[in-house]
Amino acid sequence: MDRHILEVVHLSKNFGTNVVLKDIDFSVNQGDVICIIGSSGSGKSTLLRCINLLEDPTSGDIKYKQKSILGSRFSQSAYRSKVGMVFQGFNLFNNMTVIENCMVGVTKISKKNKDEARKISEYYLNKVGMLPYINAKPHQLSGGQKQRAAIARALSMNPDVLLFDEPTSALDPQMVQEVLTVMRNLAKDGLTMIVVTHEMAFARDVSNRVVFMSNGIICEDGTPDAIFKHPKNQRTREFLERFRSDTNL
Amino acid sequence: MPTSFGERIIYILERYGMSFLRGAGVTMAIALVSTFIGCIIGFLVGIVQTIPAERSKNPVRWFFLGVIRIILNIYVEVFRGTPMMAQAMFIYFGSAALFGINMSMWFAAFFIVSINTGAYMAETVRGGILSVDIGQTEGAKAIGMTHFQTMINVVFPQALRNIMPQIGNNLIINIKDTCVLSIIGTVELFYTTKGIAGALYTYFEAFAVAMGIYFVLTFTCSRLLRLWEDKMDGPANYDLATTDTLTHTSGLYSIGKKNIVGNLNKDSRDGGR
Repeated sequence: MDRHILEVVHLSKNFGTNVVLKDIDFSVNQGDVICIIGSSGSGKSTLLRCINLLEDPTSGDIKYKQKSILGSRFSQSAYRSKVGMVFQGFNLFNNMTVIENCMVGVTKISKKNKDEARKISEYYLNKVGMLPYINAKPHQLSGGQKQRAAIARALSMNPDVLLFDEPTSALDPQMVQEVLTVMRNLAKDGLTMIVVTHEMAFARDVSNRVVFMSNGIICEDGTPDAIFKHPKNQRTREFLERFRSDTNL
Repeated sequence: MPTSFGERIIYILERYGMSFLRGAGVTMAIALVSTFIGCIIGFLVGIVQTIPAERSKNPVRWFFLGVIRIILNIYVEVFRGTPMMAQAMFIYFGSAALFGINMSMWFAAFFIVSINTGAYMAETVRGGILSVDIGQTEGAKAIGMTHFQTMINVVFPQALRNIMPQIGNNLIINIKDTCVLSIIGTVELFYTTKGIAGALYTYFEAFAVAMGIYFVLTFTCSRLLRLWEDKMDGPANYDLATTDTLTHTSGLYSIGKKNIVGNLNKDSRDGGR
C-alpha cells in the first residue's frame, strides 16, 4: 500500500569496460531508513551517486514518485533539491560561512526571502548542534562539525529523501559519534534516508532495512535482524564474519 | 644646467615634475582600466572554455560551443604568441589602412592592452576554475543548483580568490608594459621621459626618475592588492553565537536524543530548555 518514493529499476553503470553496477533493483518507501553495506568497491557509493544523478546510469531507470528522473524533460536540479546528499568529504562551500552555506540553497533555489532562509537555516543548525558556529568558515571547523553543518545544509532544502555517502568515514571515533547521534535523531523524526556506511552498529540499530552489496550487485536485502542474525547469502556471512572478528558486534 | 647628478635630478623635477606626474597618471589609467577590462574578457573566455557539453546529450550545443571555443583558442594563442609592441603597430596602423578606422590614441591604448591581458587571463581563469575542488561543484549540485548557479555562487568566488595573485601580476606587468604604447604615440610615462631626456640631454637622470616612479607605482599596487587579498579571506577568527544555543550543543552529547527530538516543533529561538 505504500507507494515507493524512489525506485531503481534494472540499473547498470559502467566506467568504460569496468562494470560497477549490474542490474540493480531496489525501492524506497516513505520513512525508510536504509543502510547499504558492503566492502569498498562493491558499488555502494556509485549507486548513491546514480540516484542523485552525479553519475549518469549506463542503462536502467530511476523513478522518483513514479516519474523517471532520466527523461530529458525532467528537471534534474529540482529533483536534486528534493533528494539531498551528504558526502564523505563534507563539500561545504569554502567561500561561505556555516549559515551562508545553509541559506544559499534556500534563497537561490527554494526562492525564500533572506529572513525566512535564516530562520530555516538556524532551525536546522540548532538541530545538529551547530548554532554557535554559524559565523565560522568551513576551514575553521573540525570534521564532525563540518559534517553536521553539511547535514544542516541538506536539511534546509527540506528534502524528501536524504542520501548519505559514507558520512563518517573521514572522521575520528569521537566525531563519528556526534554525527551518528544527529543521524539517529533524523531517523526518529521519520526522515527517509539511504545511508552508505561501514558503521554496522548504526545499520543494525537505526535502519529498518539493510542492503548488502558485493561486486556491483545486491546480494541480500532485508531487515537488520535478518541480515545481521540470519544472513542467507554466503558473501554476506563472510563479510559480517570479518567485521565481527574486528569489532565486538 | 647643474653639474652633479643629484642637482640635475632636482632640476628636472622642478621643471618637468608635472609632466612626469601626468605621464604616470596616463600609465596608471591605461594599466588599471585595461587590467579590469582584460579580466572581464578573461573571465568570459574562461567560462566558455569550462562549460560542460557532451556530444551525446546535446549535439547542437556541443557543436556551437566547439566552434566558439576554436575561435577563442585562436584569439588566445595569437595574442599571447606575438609581442604587444608589434600588435600595437599592427592594430593602430592596420585599422586605419585596411578599414579606414581612425582610432583615437586612448582607444587604441585601452584596446591593445585589454585584449592582451584578456588573452593571458583566459588561461588563468580556466586554471582558477579547474583549481576549485570538484566536491564543491557536487555539493552545489546536490542541493539543486544549476550549472550557472553553481558557477556564480560557489566556483567563481573561489576561483577569483585563487587567481588574485595572478591578477596582481597582470596589473604590474601592464603598468610596465604600457611603455610599448609610446611607439604609437601614447603620451604615457615612458614617452614623457623620452621627451624630457631629449630636451635636456639628460638621459641618465630622466630615466632614473622614471625608474623611481615606475617602482613606486608597482610596489604600491602590489601591497594594496595584498591587503585586498587579506580582506577577501575574511577574519581569521569568528565569534560563537552565544545566545541560549550553547546549552543545546552541550545537550547534544549528553541528553541529545531527548533534547533534540523534543525541540522539533519549537522555534529555534525560544530556548526549549
